[in-house]
Amino acid sequence: MAMSDADCTEALRARVNEAIEQATPLTLVGSGSKRFLGPRGGGMPLEVSGHRGVVHYAPEELVLTVRAGTPLAEVEALLAERGQMLAFEPPHFGPGATVGGTFAAGLSGPRRAAAGSARDFVLGMRFINGRGELLRVGGEVIKNVAGYDLARLMVGAFGTLGLILDVSLKVLPQPRAEMTVVHDIRGHAQAIGQLCGWAGKPLPITASCLESERLSLRLSGAESAVQQAAQQLGGEQATDGTGFWHDLREQRLVFFEDPRPLWRLSLPPATPSLMLAPIEDGLIEWSGAQRWLKTEAAAESVYAAARAAGGHATLYRNGEAAAERFQPLPPALLEIHKRLKAALDPSGIFNPGRLYKEF
Amino acid sequence: MSVLPERPEVPVSRRRELIAGLRALLPADVLLHESEDLHPYECDGLSCYRATPLAVALPHTVEQVQAVLRYCHARQVPVVARGSGTGLSGGALPLTDGVLLSLARLNSILDIDPVNRSARLQPGVRNLAISQAVAPLGLFYAPDPSSQIACSIGGNVAENAGGLHCLKYGLTTHNLLKLEVLTFEGERLTLGADALDAAGYDLLALMTGSEGLLAVVVEVTVKLIPLPETARVLLAAFDNVEAAGAAVGDVIAAGIVPGGLEMMDQLAIQAAEAFVHCGYPVGAAAMLLCELDGTAAEVEDGIARVEALLRARGATELRVSRNGAERAAFWAGRKAAFPATGRISPDYYCIDGTIPRRRLPQVLRRMQEFSEHYGQRVANVFHAGDGNLHPLILYDANRPGELERTEQMASDILKLCVDVGGSITGEHGVGIEKINAMCHQFSASELAQFHAVKQAFDPAGLLNPGKAVPTLHRCAEFGALHVHGGQLPHPDLPRF
Repeated sequence: MAMSDADCTEALRARVNEAIEQATPLTLVGSGSKRFLGPRGGGMPLEVSGHRGVVHYAPEELVLTVRAGTPLAEVEALLAERGQMLAFEPPHFGPGATVGGTFAAGLSGPRRAAAGSARDFVLGMRFINGRGELLRVGGEVIKNVAGYDLARLMVGAFGTLGLILDVSLKVLPQPRAEMTVVHDIRGHAQAIGQLCGWAGKPLPITASCLESERLSLRLSGAESAVQQAAQQLGGEQATDGTGFWHDLREQRLVFFEDPRPLWRLSLPPATPSLMLAPIEDGLIEWSGAQRWLKTEAAAESVYAAARAAGGHATLYRNGEAAAERFQPLPPALLEIHKRLKAALDPSGIFNPGRLYKEF
Repeated sequence: MSVLPERPEVPVSRRRELIAGLRALLPADVLLHESEDLHPYECDGLSCYRATPLAVALPHTVEQVQAVLRYCHARQVPVVARGSGTGLSGGALPLTDGVLLSLARLNSILDIDPVNRSARLQPGVRNLAISQAVAPLGLFYAPDPSSQIACSIGGNVAENAGGLHCLKYGLTTHNLLKLEVLTFEGERLTLGADALDAAGYDLLALMTGSEGLLAVVVEVTVKLIPLPETARVLLAAFDNVEAAGAAVGDVIAAGIVPGGLEMMDQLAIQAAEAFVHCGYPVGAAAMLLCELDGTAAEVEDGIARVEALLRARGATELRVSRNGAERAAFWAGRKAAFPATGRISPDYYCIDGTIPRRRLPQVLRRMQEFSEHYGQRVANVFHAGDGNLHPLILYDANRPGELERTEQMASDILKLCVDVGGSITGEHGVGIEKINAMCHQFSASELAQFHAVKQAFDPAGLLNPGKAVPTLHRCAEFGALHVHGGQLPHPDLPRF
């Protein structure tokens, strides 16, 4: 049975204030779909999923404001009715995935390299800080430079800086046509070069996936532009392109069925193999900028290799419980993180240890 | 209430000592301290506010920037960073007791990486120079503020600069990969990465638009994107503003995201036409310029759809550019709207509010009422696609009372923007100009939170103090702060 919409701002605020008074940290819970990602953190669970519903949707302004507990699937269905979408194509990783969890984790899907990331589409936010205050930053307009951009700062902070109540977003029209073409390829290194070459040209490529001996490309836009690009790029048209990108986004492809540690590497797109594992064993998205790697290599060596290449790594799934899940920060940056955490959440109430063990 | 920051007097002996100290650290050509040399640095693009700094430093190297910051940190001297000085909100206004740190000489393009589609730049590189340098590679840097010939990328980062193409291509914050910054303490930090995201908090987003209050940007890596195959612009005239506004909503609701979508009202159209003779429909109440870019087939298809939508809303005239020259001519008047307004009035005051677009008719009606009430004319240019309104209030500074009336009217307009759900600034920044208006947009808790964030980066509170975020004290005096029970929130926090 679907839960009904409710504004739980005051109830959540009361719980936060109580936690501050009693000095008992909280762990913020949506549906738990991103729980696998990153360190566990500590604290008493505080359910946010009851705070749900669409506050405001203006399709002709491309603006949506929605409460954090709203299921992502409901938001996507609402947008689809008006021919619109969340252009960063967020992974759900579970049937109940919420808006709050999506932005707290800051995850983006296959369309990211072409359209932008979760934080790119955030226009504003209402949140409760670690003093129990209700703050509104940004707004419901596309351009707004008043005040520090705390709304985008909250994205990917894993709830360590505050409790996200509502998010205002820029949405985009769905492309009028979409087609997936598949190429047989010989080597991944060569295919990365090809992808980078295409990304520098005005082609309507909105997703790419390099795995094993197949390179899949999604083309999106006006019917004419898609047809023209399909002719230009060649390859074979896939029968169920939509299903493929969905399964990739949700990590349901066979590639992801593996007990070994799964690493996400975020790299400059043209980076050659990191030599941690044969490059052909990996899966590459975002025209080379996001790579998935299954390796038993020591965490330190993966982090060092990613950093040396100008990017970073995340231990996404599996692996030793004791391993660092997120790329360690250089000391000066860690210090700034601690100070920022203290600026927003002085008594350390929200999700302690959920991002880094130091705060 | 004056927006100018109140600064302590600097005794002559301390002034001498500080200048001697800086001279010892820096080559002779890097430090200006004679009063005639300081003159050109008294203001930025908002020239009605002026102040003379203690000294101006013009470093050639990042090491010299670091030396200035460390020295000023040790001596507790405030520092204001400046790019090209084109900002419109007084963000680079010097402080009388501080050093103005110009980054204009750090103006090299350090690296262009066509394969990874990025460019590494020193902060003084001009915005337009980036796109010019990479055009032969078929790439461009998207944000194009109107001052792009002169403004610097470092200043663009500080202000989160926009431009005509924000709806489709985003603001500065959407087009950056990495920043190298120096804190006031002189510590170097790398924010972002050469990859699409970085570990930890999104400090790249936080730094962008922070108006020089958090750190000094010494290197910027921007994203480059492929130049569209073609672009065409459609010019449409309307006999009422509401219809033009509704037409904009129709275009966007139909799933079209134009590269640029601009509106001008009658006074702005007439001023532009008188200035550049670009053939604008001077009898129209409002005019739209809608640019579509992409592949030739895509643009063709889009133009036909937009034409039909605009006709359905009663466009009285429709023209489509047939070639690059016509496209440039259509844009010429819009791009010259500010100087054109300068020709029909001795002075004008530019406002930068944003509003949800559906509120446009209401906002225009209220502005007309303000205009009649204060007796000042207003020309409107509007980034219609993204809700960023630039009313230009015409006035004559030589007539007693006109500037004050204009400022009061501007304040009313900004308040109106906030009240309909918008913001006091879409792309020009708060600086000192809108410091009082911030009290209307944000609560005491929100402002206190901003101050705490600044403190995390700049505990001494000496990087561009007094700009962008008002003190709660200022807001209380300005009369726009709601203080409960006579107590300011967080007595534990220092107030700058």
